[in-house]
Amino acid sequence: MRLTAPYHPQNKHEGTILSPLRRIALADRWLWAVLLGVMGLGAYAYSRQWIFGMGVTGLNRPVYWGVYITNFVFFIGLAHSGTFISAILRLAGAEWRKPLTRAAEAITLFSLPFGVASILIDMGRPDRALNVIFYGRFQSPLLWDFTAVSLYLFSSVVFFYLSLLPDIALCRDRLTESPLWQRRTYELLALGWRGRPEQFHRLERVLDGMAIFMTMLVVTVHTVVSWVFGMTVQPGWHTALIGPFFLLGAIFSGTAAVVIVLAILRRVYHMEEVLTVSLFNSLRKLLIVFTLGWFYMIVAEHLTQFYGSLPEEMEVFWQKFTGEFALLFWLMFLTVFVLPLIIFVFLGKNRIGWMVTASVLVNVGMWLERYIVIVPTETRPRLISTLMEGMGNYQPTWVEGAITAALFAGLVLLYAVFTRLFPIVPIWETAEVVEAEAPPVQPRRRVFGAGRAR
Amino acid sequence: MRWSMVIDLDKCVACQGCSIACRFENNTPVVNPAEAVKGRAVRWNDVFPMPINPTEETGEYPNVKTRYLTRPCMHCDNPPCVKVCPVQATYKDDEGLVRQNYARCIGCRFCTVACPYGVRYFNWYAPEWEEPMSEHLNPDRIEGDGDLEGPAIRPKGVVEKCTFCIHRLRKARARAEAEGRRFRADEYVPACVQTCTGKARFFGDLDDPNSTVSLLAKSPRAFRLLEEVGTHPKVVYLREG
Repeated sequence: MRLTAPYHPQNKHEGTILSPLRRIALADRWLWAVLLGVMGLGAYAYSRQWIFGMGVTGLNRPVYWGVYITNFVFFIGLAHSGTFISAILRLAGAEWRKPLTRAAEAITLFSLPFGVASILIDMGRPDRALNVIFYGRFQSPLLWDFTAVSLYLFSSVVFFYLSLLPDIALCRDRLTESPLWQRRTYELLALGWRGRPEQFHRLERVLDGMAIFMTMLVVTVHTVVSWVFGMTVQPGWHTALIGPFFLLGAIFSGTAAVVIVLAILRRVYHMEEVLTVSLFNSLRKLLIVFTLGWFYMIVAEHLTQFYGSLPEEMEVFWQKFTGEFALLFWLMFLTVFVLPLIIFVFLGKNRIGWMVTASVLVNVGMWLERYIVIVPTETRPRLISTLMEGMGNYQPTWVEGAITAALFAGLVLLYAVFTRLFPIVPIWETAEVVEAEAPPVQPRRRVFGAGRAR
Repeated sequence: MRWSMVIDLDKCVACQGCSIACRFENNTPVVNPAEAVKGRAVRWNDVFPMPINPTEETGEYPNVKTRYLTRPCMHCDNPPCVKVCPVQATYKDDEGLVRQNYARCIGCRFCTVACPYGVRYFNWYAPEWEEPMSEHLNPDRIEGDGDLEGPAIRPKGVVEKCTFCIHRLRKARARAEAEGRRFRADEYVPACVQTCTGKARFFGDLDDPNSTVSLLAKSPRAFRLLEEVGTHPKVVYLREG
C-alpha cells in the first residue's frame, strides 16, 4: 500500500521555527539543571510539610489561607493567556494573533497543573484528595472549582494538541536526523496526519467550535475561582464584583505573560522575523485596555466599600490602604497600574524592552493583588475582638517560599523543554499557502487496489 | 429535637471554666506558647472581650465599658461552614448539631475561612500530650466505621470544632435505651454547661416550647451573635442589665 507523500503548507520561516528543535544547547542543559535544583528544594520543603503538618507554614488562625492559595489563583489566572489569545481572538477573527497562539496556549497548558498542585499543597490531608470524588458536594464552591479547572485542563490539552497536530506531522517528516525516541514520538503523536485539504478543513472547524466552548470556560473558570472567596460572608470577599475583577485580572496577567514569553523566544531562538514587533504593538493596545479596566474595577470596588462604610468592611479597607498591607497595596497599585500605564502608553510602542519591563511589573503586581485580596480579609474577621495580642498576622515561612519558587521553576522548565521538542510558533497557521497547492487526492480504489496487486 | 444553648451574660463571670472543662472533655490538642501566640491554640470554647458598641471607642482606663463573651460553636441553622465543605466532613444533623468528621476532612480549611465566628480550629501538627496529661485523656470517644468525632484523637491536618459534646449525647441515649425508656432532653448537657460557675449556661431542646432554653430565647434580653449575617445561631445570649 502506497500513500501519497504527506502535504505540508509552505512557510518561508519553517527553517527558523524548526531550528530550536534540531539542537539542544549546553545553556539549555544548565537552565534545566538549575530549574530542577529549585524544584528539588521545593520538594524537600514539601516533604517537611508532609511529615510534620501545615504547622511548618506561616498560616495560623484566622489566616488559614495564604501564599498557596495566592499561587493557585495566580497560576489559573496566568493560564488565561492562551485561551484568550487563541480562542477569543480566534472568534474575533484577529489574524495577527496567529504567530503567538501556541506560545500563549503553552502558558495555559503548563500553568494549569501548577494551579492544581497549589490546591493540593494547601490541603492538610492531600492523601484524602480523592474524597472530593467519593463524597463530593456540589453545594461547595470548591467542587465548582474542581469541576471547572479539570474541565479547563482537559479541554486545553485537547485544543492545544489539535492545533499542534499538523506541526507534529511536519516534525515527523522534517526532523529525520533526531534521536529515534523523538522520531517515534512524533510519529505516534501525529496520528497519521497527511495534510489533506479535508483534514485541514475539519481541523479548522473543530478548532472554531472548541474556541466557542473555551471562551465560555475562560469566563467560568476564573469567576468560579473568585467565588471560593465571594460566596463566603467575609468582609472584603463577599462582593458580586469579585468574579469580573478576577476574570479581568486573569486575562490581564495572562496577556502580560505572553509579552514576556514572546520577547524571550524572539531573543533566544532568533525569531525576529517571525515574531515581529507589530505583535508587541497589538498586544500593547490590548494591555492598555486591560490596565484601564483594572483601574476601573479597583475604583468601583473600593469606592463602594468606602462610601458605604460598613464597619467590618472598613477594617479590611484600612488594612489595605493604611494598615499592615499598605506597603504591598501601594506597591501593587504602582506595578499593576501606574508604571505599566505610563510605559504602555508613552514608551512601549516599537520598544520590546519597555514592554517586557511593564509586563513583568504587571505580573508581579497581579500576584500581589491576589495576595491582597485574600489575606487582609482574613486578618480582620467580623469578631475582631476574638483576636488576642499577636494574632491577625501572617508571615510566610521559607517552606512556602521554596514551594512557590519550585512551582514557578516547574512552569519555566516545562516551557523550556517544550520549545526544544515542538515548534513554538504554529507553522501551518502562519503559512502563506495552506490549501492552494494540495496534491490531487488519488481515488481510493486505486490505492487499495495497489496493495492487492502486490 | 433541636439542641440549643442560652448564655446569660448577667451571670457569666468570665472565669473561663467552660473553656477548661471543654478542653478536658474533648481532648483538644495543647500547643506550646510560641504556637499559641501565632494563633494556633485550640479553644472550642473561647472567652473574649466584646465592645458594647463595636463602632465606638470603649474608652481608656478607668473609664472603660466593655463586656466579656463566652463563645462555643453557634450551631447555626444556616451554617456557612457546612455550605462550603466539599466532602460533607462537616454537616448539620437531624437535631441541628453541626458535626465534624475528622476521618473524612481533607484539610482544605474552607470552613475555617467561611465561619464568621472563628469557631473552627485546624490541626497544624499531630496533637501531642506531655506526661502525665497523656494518661488522663477522656476515654469517651466516637470512632470507627469512617467516623471520627468529638473527643477522638484527631490526626494532623484536619479541622475540629465544638460538637455540644456529642459523645455525652450518645452516652445518654444509650443509657436510656439500655434502661428501656424514652430519652428525655434534660438527660444530657455539654461539659461547659455542667461546669459553669455562675450557672450562666442553659441547655435544652428548642422544639419543646416549655423547655428552659425555649423560654429564655423569648426573653427581651435575648440576642444572637452577628445576627445580621443570617446564620441563625442556636446559641442565644441574654444581654446584661
